[in-house]
Amino acid sequence: MDKIRLHLTVNETTVEVETTPNRRLLDILRDDLDLTGTKEGCGIGECGACTVLMDGKAVNACLVIAPQAEGKEILTVEGLARDGKLHPLQQAFLENFAFQCGFCTPGMLLAAKALLDRNSNPSRDQIREGLAGVLCRCTGYIQIFEAVEAAAKEWQK
Amino acid sequence: MPKSSLIGQSLLRVDGLEKVTGQTRFAADLKVPGLIHGRMLFSRFPHARILGIDCAQAQALPGVHAVLTAADLPNLRPFGIVFADQEVIVSQKARYLGDVVALVAAESPEAAEEALSLIEVQYQPLPAVFSPQEALADSAPLIHAERPNNIVNHHKVRKGDVSLGFAQADMILEREYRTQWVEHAYLELEAVTAVFHHDQLELFGSIQNPFSTQSMVASALGLPSEQIRVRQTPLGGSFGGKDEVMYLMAARAALLAKATQRPVRMQHSREESFRESYKRHPYQMRYKVGATREGLLTAMEIAILADAGAYAASSTFVTWRSVVHAAGPYRVEHVKTDITAVYTNNIYTGAMRGFGTPQVIFAVESLMDELAQELKLRPDELRRRNLLTTGTVTATGQCLNDHPVSLRDVMDRALQSIDYAQKINEPAQTGTTKRRGIGFAISHRGCSLGAEGVDRAEARLRWQPDGTVLLSIGLSDNGAGLNTVLSQIVAQELGIGTEQVRMDEPDTTLVPDAGSTVASRGTLMGGNAVREAAIHLREMLLVSASQLLSLPAEQLSFVEGRVCSNLDPSQVVSPAEVVDWLASCGKSLEATGSYEAPTVDWQEETGQGRAYFTYVYGCQAAEVEVDLSTGQVRVLHLVAAHELGRAINPATAKGQIYGGVAMGLGYGLLEELDLHQGQARSDNLDRYLLPTTCDVPQVVTPILIENPDPAGPYGAKSLGEPTNELTAAAIANAISQATGFRLRELPCDLIKIVLLRTLKPD
Repeated sequence: MDKIRLHLTVNETTVEVETTPNRRLLDILRDDLDLTGTKEGCGIGECGACTVLMDGKAVNACLVIAPQAEGKEILTVEGLARDGKLHPLQQAFLENFAFQCGFCTPGMLLAAKALLDRNSNPSRDQIREGLAGVLCRCTGYIQIFEAVEAAAKEWQK
Repeated sequence: MPKSSLIGQSLLRVDGLEKVTGQTRFAADLKVPGLIHGRMLFSRFPHARILGIDCAQAQALPGVHAVLTAADLPNLRPFGIVFADQEVIVSQKARYLGDVVALVAAESPEAAEEALSLIEVQYQPLPAVFSPQEALADSAPLIHAERPNNIVNHHKVRKGDVSLGFAQADMILEREYRTQWVEHAYLELEAVTAVFHHDQLELFGSIQNPFSTQSMVASALGLPSEQIRVRQTPLGGSFGGKDEVMYLMAARAALLAKATQRPVRMQHSREESFRESYKRHPYQMRYKVGATREGLLTAMEIAILADAGAYAASSTFVTWRSVVHAAGPYRVEHVKTDITAVYTNNIYTGAMRGFGTPQVIFAVESLMDELAQELKLRPDELRRRNLLTTGTVTATGQCLNDHPVSLRDVMDRALQSIDYAQKINEPAQTGTTKRRGIGFAISHRGCSLGAEGVDRAEARLRWQPDGTVLLSIGLSDNGAGLNTVLSQIVAQELGIGTEQVRMDEPDTTLVPDAGSTVASRGTLMGGNAVREAAIHLREMLLVSASQLLSLPAEQLSFVEGRVCSNLDPSQVVSPAEVVDWLASCGKSLEATGSYEAPTVDWQEETGQGRAYFTYVYGCQAAEVEVDLSTGQVRVLHLVAAHELGRAINPATAKGQIYGGVAMGLGYGLLEELDLHQGQARSDNLDRYLLPTTCDVPQVVTPILIENPDPAGPYGAKSLGEPTNELTAAAIANAISQATGFRLRELPCDLIKIVLLRTLKPD
């Protein structure tokens, strides 16, 4: 299969990747760029562990084929903290015990960011809806809801 | 000692920063130079003799480094924790669709995939059985030639004389309940890497128990354990699920690494995980209960069939826990229980959070509600008249007189919190198609392993020159926060902060064996061992400090993390100074601690004995709204009251409750592995429904009840599994109260609620 040159911005850095066009954004992030914070849990867009932001929207990186990412801006969990300072959502997840094994956490954080970017003061029901695409088997979600609410309060300031 | 105790404080997770920044490297995230990819070929039939395998084409494919079958590996031995009935690669016959007939290692995953398609296997399909009934029939094929009647094991309880007990009853009720196949569905898929350094094998991956993996791989490969080093990478969930499946995967990766002399990684796709990995046992349970008019239980007779699938794995232990708990937390004079685990050609079953109790609690707690209805008693009243209290005797003949039995307390607290007395009398109908109901379930649960086996833990602590303390223990943080809890114990005893406690790598060459991280025993057993190690370390610090200061040790005290003289406060030395001084003498400051559980005993013939050294108690109550037109059940409120001895870290304890409740809700309402002729038709998360953010209860109220137990560190006992075992039963009782009908088979999904039966294509 012929390779293509893919240009994208990942965590505010422009990168150029040579890849066959049948690979997934998930593989490019994990294998080519060593951004392993983005996880694979099902490969069919059900679990949301691979959730990243593409041009600000939450997508399943396992369902994005390389050429679809051409020219896009991608944000992964590695790009959330700035200058050694945690993103308010990361801080809130830490303080509210919103993770256990931590495997779904990167996807959950990005789904939460996409939600708060749209709606900085979501209701509990809107949080449930907004995070419904990411599965967590450990936490039962309650402390995640509390973390997102705490982060939303910070967001308001 | 610090001024305020660290025990009972919700200190932040010690592994939190790396987890919220995505820096935690799980098994599949680790880069290894020269890594090649291992894959396996599954059997095409659930029961078939292997007549021959032709690997020539696969071997010739460019990029393929090795193709292995059992014929290439005459020294492979069957393994198993109770019965050695499982093979790394099957040699004579396949017994389920997850059995592996050949292995491939290749430069790329694509080449490995293609190689698999080129392997030609000649099978002779054999008659297969897919239920315990079929497997027990006289005409049934034997799945393991050496296991007559396809029986894995049979446990029993014989207490009193049930015929006498039923003769005393005014009412006798007989019911049958069933539970389904359930997948652990840890989000992180199984992955392991094998590397040979000369004859030393190194294995690392998503391994729940490094030491049992070491011994099982050693036994399968015929290697001494000492030649195998197992390292656990951070676990992305396990819930009891990363044992046997990981033994197999590790052994296979090792075989390929040996054959190719390259590092080999094996990694499951979700479909492969569904196909191969063990599940929670489905149970068929027949209950017969006798009671007087006044609602006193006189007898209980229970017969349970458990589907073990193709291999025994931990079925013997799972069903043993069931036989201990099957009669519920009640005083019953006459009890007869039989539980039989049966081989079939289904996927094999094994450990999963709860370990044989969610099934029997669903049955016995449904039964109590049905009996209450027949006796025209309120469900809480019937339970109050029969529940275990301090000084009473369990169905297995154990007198509960060495710890406070807090069942009544947990029940009262939960029912009060959910306003049960009010809501039980409210009309169920809240709309044309909507009905509301309330229900609950209670349990007692034996802590740790009980009479399953030797129960001990060991830990080691070393005070390091930078003032930090290194904790080495062979228990693993499966995600629940065990490392944080153990760090709190070390910090508490040594007067330091949790940030000064470092966790050693869970590596069989570095840490002492503490037994497996199972049976909700981490805090209880590990905590005791760690606490003792810390106390020893403190004593050794005082002895060394006395040498350094040239003062008698009895004149020294350990205050706020420093050693000082009782007579002259200016005579102070820090642990770091002591460690430095010791280092200059060529010594180190290191201590071990161990803990052996109090004795238990068990008579296999009668099922009587001291099954566990202590118990925890729980009650969960649920308020639901059922839409009869769609079958949807919304859990409006769930109260979970758990007596756990002592909460070392209340926030992580609550996390256990929220998570256990969600998993229990999945068990009650959503989850079912659809198995047909041994094949998992739900083979990924689109067809196997896990609870999402929208499915979990609207409100969850956790209630932690502390009742310090003499056996636990600071009185702490267990919590992880109790939170998960009650939810489905509570929800099922609430659904019944709402709708007026009773579903005796889990899950209570949409179809059953609308049609009162299942709909399954053939």
